[in-house]
Amino acid sequence: MPELVHYPSIEVAGEGAVIVYLDKVASSATIKKISQLKYRIANALGDCVVELVPSYASLLVIFDPLKSDYYAVKKALVTLLDTTSEEVSNSSKIIELPVYYSLESGPDLERLASRSGLSIEEVIEIHQQTTYQVFAIGFAPGFAFLGEVDERIACPRLTSPRAKVAKGSVGIADRQTAIYPNVSPGGWNLIGLCPQTLFNPNESPYLTYQVGDSVKFKGISRAEFLGLGGQL
Amino acid sequence: MKHTLTSYFKVLHPGILSTVQDLGRYGQSHLGLTSGGPADMQAYLWANRLLNNPENCPVLEVNFGGLKLIATTATTIAVTGAKAPLTINGQVKEIWRSHHVNADDEIEIGYATEGCRVYLAVFEGFVVEPQFSSVSTVIREKVGGVNGEALKAEDVLFYKPTPRQTLYALKTKDIPRYENTLTLHVVTGYQYALFDRVELAKFFCNEYQVSAQCDRMGYRLNGPAIQSGISQLLSEGICKGAIQIPPDGQPIILSVDRQTIGGYPKLGSVLSLDLDLVMQANQGAKIHFEPISIHYAHTVLHLAKAKYAETKLIKVTQ
Repeated sequence: MPELVHYPSIEVAGEGAVIVYLDKVASSATIKKISQLKYRIANALGDCVVELVPSYASLLVIFDPLKSDYYAVKKALVTLLDTTSEEVSNSSKIIELPVYYSLESGPDLERLASRSGLSIEEVIEIHQQTTYQVFAIGFAPGFAFLGEVDERIACPRLTSPRAKVAKGSVGIADRQTAIYPNVSPGGWNLIGLCPQTLFNPNESPYLTYQVGDSVKFKGISRAEFLGLGGQL
Repeated sequence: MKHTLTSYFKVLHPGILSTVQDLGRYGQSHLGLTSGGPADMQAYLWANRLLNNPENCPVLEVNFGGLKLIATTATTIAVTGAKAPLTINGQVKEIWRSHHVNADDEIEIGYATEGCRVYLAVFEGFVVEPQFSSVSTVIREKVGGVNGEALKAEDVLFYKPTPRQTLYALKTKDIPRYENTLTLHVVTGYQYALFDRVELAKFFCNEYQVSAQCDRMGYRLNGPAIQSGISQLLSEGICKGAIQIPPDGQPIILSVDRQTIGGYPKLGSVLSLDLDLVMQANQGAKIHFEPISIHYAHTVLHLAKAKYAETKLIKVTQ
């Protein structure tokens, strides 16, 4: 990829969409800046904003092209970017999630461990050591991409995805980790199960986390998992 | 449903894929929920307008056809979109207009012969409980419509008691045509500047065909492969109409049920007015692309809005 882009950069995305790239790589500082920019642009542009999609190092601003235009939205973004740097975001939370790591709840745990040259206990320990950033939410309702996973336990996706991954499954794909909020197909390496409901479409708050929040995992026993309503 | 309506359609045949749609679900991407909404926005808007309905009134999007409903009480409906045989109690009726329906009438929409999505609106809209501020059905997300699913036989679709309505039709000259050869205007953007100029020329000079993989999520095309030369891209927000170039180089036009984020390079987005026409196209349709500026796109949208507002419906009789 040619190194022609200077950050932040603002590009057209569509007739009613502008994308802001804050950086070439994702980091916790960048994602915090993006979630802050998201709130500020929502306030600045008001009801001409249709949708704001933060993800890793970018923010997609979808606006109503009959109420505003690219030039006005870009100008508002430039103004905000010029004044955004020093503020600290207060809105981000650290969420601790219980995980039952085991061979029965993590069908790929053994393979991932042997591939990494680590013991199963070490993989479990390393996965819990990192405080992860929520870099993006997408793929499926409530599915959060968390990073970055310690290089020692990073592992590429399965060559053939599973047709059915259990609700609450904790997976690793490359240097990302995630919890499947619901049963779905999936190709991540599964290492455990989280008993907590993360996405509840029937009751607010619908989702446990948002982009910019942090997540820590805490290992629990089989009995604790079942006690918290987990199902095997 | 917590209402006391006694007016409803019962679904006798659901058709291949019929769903409830309104303007779409917005402001929910923080939950990973996509917009959904009508695949052909223009046909959807006309269906509501023929009934003097507000724009956001829930309608049925009947993909390919095969729908049969029976009404419990009198109401007024309007049908727009793909050319498909419409009958009420076996009597052939025109589309792109409204019709009175009486109690026990059977409404049938046969299979589309030009275009592929038919819109059926009812007076003041189908009464469906919104989820995340919209009734739009996104089957992949199990959200909206009737239990987040496509219509099934025996489903019940409520509507409001309907006073006698004046019937309207769209003039023939104002009815969109769904062609099998389309030129799509592309607002260049996203990674456009990073594509090699030869690859861009290839994209804009050649003809593509709609492949078998075409649905409300996106239309995958077949044609000369485009190399993006971009190997690593962080997932980023995808807007409606975005054209992504996966590693095999075959473009995908993303539509209403697209995932909200994705990591393939994109070279811009199809103008919404043209996307409506793509979404009526079937496998084998021929596609050409023409680059336009954001300025041109804004102008065209305002002109289209003015034209829509100025277009007069004609009164018709049963």
